[in-house]
Order: sequence, then structure tokens, then C-alpha cells
Amino acid sequence: MLHTRFDPLSELDPFAGMRHMQNEMNRMFGGPDPARRTTSYPPMNFWVGPDSIVMTAELPGLSDDSIDLTVHDTMISVQGEFVDQDSGDDLVWHRRERPKGKFSRSVELPFRVDANKIEARFESGVLTVEMQRPEEEKPKRIEIKS
Amino acid sequence: MAQELATRGGRDAAGQVSTGRPIEKAFTPAVDIFEQGEMTVILADMPGVAPDDIDVTLERQVLTLTGRVKRQAPEGYRRLSTEYREGDYSRAFTLSDAVDRKKIKADFRNGVLRLELPRAAEAKPKKIAVKAA
Repeated sequence: MLHTRFDPLSELDPFAGMRHMQNEMNRMFGGPDPARRTTSYPPMNFWVGPDSIVMTAELPGLSDDSIDLTVHDTMISVQGEFVDQDSGDDLVWHRRERPKGKFSRSVELPFRVDANKIEARFESGVLTVEMQRPEEEKPKRIEIKS
Repeated sequence: MAQELATRGGRDAAGQVSTGRPIEKAFTPAVDIFEQGEMTVILADMPGVAPDDIDVTLERQVLTLTGRVKRQAPEGYRRLSTEYREGDYSRAFTLSDAVDRKKIKADFRNGVLRLELPRAAEAKPKKIAVKAA
């Protein structure tokens, strides 16, 4: 696992700064990167605490029992399928922008999590999963004697 | 049928709502719109919005959907990565048919707003009998 984003070669790359700025500009004006949006659905946000990690994902239209969530070691996987409630020959479509079909996504976590201590909630179309580090792997503070 | 109402003057034009605080940054919710018989159905994705924080207004032919997001930052945590941003939602449409206001149904479940707009009686095509002379 890489703890820092420090890249020793960046000093030598004259375009690094430019790329960084371009990314920033895209982020500011372009909204979410469309390419990333299509390849990895759902978009996820991650938060870390000292011994735990929280993942949130927007999955509007799904229900808590139609989301398949699995955690194995350092890998979290979310799967599901959007089921069209409205179908039939008499429907005249004007717009179809909402996501359709099946999706599956796996993400590597920065540390191993205890499979028995996972809390998952689904509220207003947002999935929130809180995961704990196993007790024996929590970082220990070591007293230094003078 | 519903036609999208393009907001002129950038974000701010859509950002002012008559009730409550003005919306600083509004996202455009993804929508599905279809007609079924005498009904136009609009489905709008607004994840993170509580059912009470949704506002649907119909003024003349302009239908405006707004949703206010409760920002959720877990306490004592720091951001690790961000792929989506949270923000309020706003989108407006002009309806080409008269809608029977009394029979509009709105339902919000799992982050999706479902609006059923039945066509008003006067907008329905009427068959006119032609009498033979």
C-alpha cells in the first residue's frame, strides 16, 4: 500500500504541473469525469478514521434488498441491478437518462476489515458502509520511556 | 409531454427558489420521462434527499423539481477519496399539455421522485360527430 502520494520523479517531469492544473480545471468546470462515470459505477466516496473506514455510494432507485454487498479481506464489492418498473408497448419514451441494467464494482481498501463488524445502511438512495479494522491489527501506541 | 426548460444566465437563474435559502450549487438530476395513455410520468434521481426536502411546483406550464441534500460527513473522519459531490438538485420543464392539477401524484422512494401528471380533460382530444346534411 502506498501511504503518500509523493512521486519522486515528478520534479523531473515538466508536464506534471500542467497535467495537474488540467485535472483541476476539469474537476472545477466539467463535473464528474464522464469516462470514469461509465467505467466505474456507482461513484463512491471514502472517509477514514483511526480504526475504521466509511464508504458512501449513490444508488438511487435500488432498495436495500436489491444491493449485494460483500467484503473480503481488503476488498469491498457492490453489485446490483436496476429493474424497470415501467415497461410495456404503450409507453412512449421522451427521455431515458437514469442508469439501467446490472452493475458491479470492487474496490481495494487501505487495510483489512473485520467482516463481523460491518454496518451498512441504505437511506434515500445512498448506501453507507462503515467498516472496522480487526482488533489485532489496530495500530498500537507505544510508550517511550525516558 | 415535458420539454426541458433551458435556464438562461447560467446557474444562478435556476438557483433561486421562492422558499427557504437559495440554492448555491444545484445538480441536474437524471430523469426518465414517458407517456402512458393519459399520463405523463417523470422519474428523477435525487439521492441523499429526504422526502420532506423535495419541492415540486407547477406554475402555469412550468414544472420545477428541487431537492435539498442533507450533507453527511461522518464525524471524526477525514476524506480519503471523492468521486461524487453532494449538492442540491434542481430542474425545470415546460409541459405542453394542460395537467389536471388535482390528480397529480408525487412519490419519493429510495432517492427517486416519481411524478404522475394526468392530462386535463380539456386537453384530451375530443371526437366531434359530423352530422350528415
